[in-house]
Amino acid sequence: MALVLTEEQTMLRDMAKQFFTEQVPVTNLRKLRDEESADGYDKAVWQQIVELGFAGILIPEEQGGTGFGPIGLGIVMQEAGRTLAATPLYSTAILGAGLILASGSEAQKAELLPKIASGELLTALALEETAHHNPKQVAMTAEQNGDQIILSGQKSFVIDGHIADKLIVVARTSGAAGDANGLSMFLVDAKAKGVTVTRTHMVDSRNAANVNFDKVSVPASDALGPLGAAMAELEAVLDLGRACIAAEMLGGIEAVFDTTLAYLKERKQFGVIIGTFQALKHRAAEMFCEVELCHSVVLDALSALDERRNDVPRAVSLAKARLGDAARVISNEGVQMHGGIGMTDAVDMGLYLKRARVQAQMLGDTNFHRARYAELGGY
Amino acid sequence: MENLDTFRAETRAWLEENCPESMRTPMPERETPWGGRNADYPNPDTKLWLDRMASRGWTAPEWPAEYGGGGLSKDQARILQQEMSRINARTPLASFGLWMLGPALLEFASVEQKKKYLGEIVRGEIRWCQGYSEPGAGSDLAGLQTKAEDKGDHYLVNGQKVWTSYADHCDWIFCLVRTDSSVKHDGISFLLIDMETPGVEARPIKLISGASPFCETFLTDVVVPKENLVGELNKGWTIAKRLLEHERTMISAMGMGGGGAASMGGMEAMAKENFGEDGDKIADPAIREAVTNHKMDHQAFALTLKRAADEAKAGQGVGAAASMFKYYGTELNKRRFELLLDVMGTQALGWEGEGFDPRELSITRSWLRSKGNSIEGGTSEVQLNVIAKRVLGLPDA
Repeated sequence: MALVLTEEQTMLRDMAKQFFTEQVPVTNLRKLRDEESADGYDKAVWQQIVELGFAGILIPEEQGGTGFGPIGLGIVMQEAGRTLAATPLYSTAILGAGLILASGSEAQKAELLPKIASGELLTALALEETAHHNPKQVAMTAEQNGDQIILSGQKSFVIDGHIADKLIVVARTSGAAGDANGLSMFLVDAKAKGVTVTRTHMVDSRNAANVNFDKVSVPASDALGPLGAAMAELEAVLDLGRACIAAEMLGGIEAVFDTTLAYLKERKQFGVIIGTFQALKHRAAEMFCEVELCHSVVLDALSALDERRNDVPRAVSLAKARLGDAARVISNEGVQMHGGIGMTDAVDMGLYLKRARVQAQMLGDTNFHRARYAELGGY
Repeated sequence: MENLDTFRAETRAWLEENCPESMRTPMPERETPWGGRNADYPNPDTKLWLDRMASRGWTAPEWPAEYGGGGLSKDQARILQQEMSRINARTPLASFGLWMLGPALLEFASVEQKKKYLGEIVRGEIRWCQGYSEPGAGSDLAGLQTKAEDKGDHYLVNGQKVWTSYADHCDWIFCLVRTDSSVKHDGISFLLIDMETPGVEARPIKLISGASPFCETFLTDVVVPKENLVGELNKGWTIAKRLLEHERTMISAMGMGGGGAASMGGMEAMAKENFGEDGDKIADPAIREAVTNHKMDHQAFALTLKRAADEAKAGQGVGAAASMFKYYGTELNKRRFELLLDVMGTQALGWEGEGFDPRELSITRSWLRSKGNSIEGGTSEVQLNVIAKRVLGLPDA
């Protein structure tokens, strides 16, 4: 497929751009942070997102969604990333809807998907257990006891964990940490007995939580997909999530680059515009090239998902790895080129810098994805 | 669509019948079909293939048929390319006339000039070289001093060009000359000169790779007919810039791994040969990481070239893309060869003779040659300046 947006996708992008720029500018995140919002997201904004159809963007129309698919999702995330919009899109519209679509029974889909599309249900994926993403290393246990499953263990970096109504928990019904086999997924009510959610305040002022499961009992019918065989579907949806974070990161680096470029054209030192200095021009030109390459890898990853190509994992790892590196370099350059003012909280550079590091860790950092790219390539 | 299917079927049949068997094998460098008055065809099939393709204008598929080109649409040209790839057909003609001068003539030359020169290029009869740089005008190309004086019925040209590719094998040279010394960019004209004219002398320059693909070209009292001026007098810089875009696009393709022996696919296999395997992995973690990073950069660049082509097709231009590709592609190619040196160790450091196989020796020479990629056609620093100015709108000092 051609690496260009269709007319329909271009319209979606323009609509998303206008919405996030006008309704969810960076000041929205600042307000949530400075008012120490208990939710960490703006419910009125979420309602607007639902009305625009973005919450159900993955969900087929017959289940209340808009069915725009991975490219549509990526386009929305890119625009959300430009303004650092703090919304449950990632946890709910992408991972939640994605996992239920991929692994859910017909009954689960019928019950949950319309609720996601209508904004009634927020979900969160409880996957990570250590400071580095590695799905195979899940150790948390799920023991079968008659028709009940008993979950015990701890999860960390659960994005939107403290606002979710339902947690999607990845736990082990067999095997040991490091095995790809033996993983299962469960839908767990966030208010279930034995579930303790502790919000963690992250550097990017966005939502995350640690979740403790103390012998939490769920009916076996709340398993999402077959027991012990979650890995394939989980990985497929994680790849969707990774591509979408890469798209969100792309929006972030575009914003940093545009803002920095504007600053180079306005700031004067030594009596001249600093953008006349070749030392800065060359760095700006190099950033431009990097942003262009990032565009290409993100669009290719989303296209691969859209077309269900067989190289999805490689295309996605290429994008997530590249954006991790690029966002580090460009957010650092954004601060440096702004000089002293770039170090102040008053300027947005710091917000993008902090967000970029959290995004880089979400679902695997550059090292993780580089190693995965090599492994998939047979070297 | 039906027409395209018919075109594909006819093209396939014609190629099957007309492409000699030996032209469907990998091309050794010495069989490169440069064409020209003194062309040397160690394999006679090369000439046969060139003539057959030229007879249909398919050496320049998209040029208008009235000037000897194929007159094909973009879609037809793509089909021709696909059908040639299908049978591994060699390119029938390698030529600076095709890649650089021709597109500029199509845009700027008079009808008479197009009729005369384009046909010769299509048929591979004339081999062209580029007279741009001078000893005192490299990155500051517009500072060139080679002078063309108006002598009534002709120009008298005096000066020196440098880095003229293969000038010692070429028939004609397209030159930037100074026709007004009182101004800089607006005093440059674009002139075509037959290298058989008395006063033209090309001397090869030996490079660090040991090869001599470039020459110094001396122009001493060279008499050039007035009709050899392309475009308006003193408007040559516009042509020069456009032509440089074609050149940059051509050079940036090197980032995609031209140069056969050191092709991308071989990198990880060579790393395994040299450092062993741990399961499927390259055993040395540092080399594995470097190889992986490089392959990922390469893939990201390839996708960007594809995206630019797709956007061009969709009518959305990427501004100054040629400079971006030239910069990134050539820097990538240099990194590739440095990494090959790391992977191959001392086996990449042989100069000639015993102890090294031909592939190893070729990589050594290509590594040295690659250093020029980020200098020729505008240095990397010039490309970054162009991006900063034309794309990003950063002001001049």
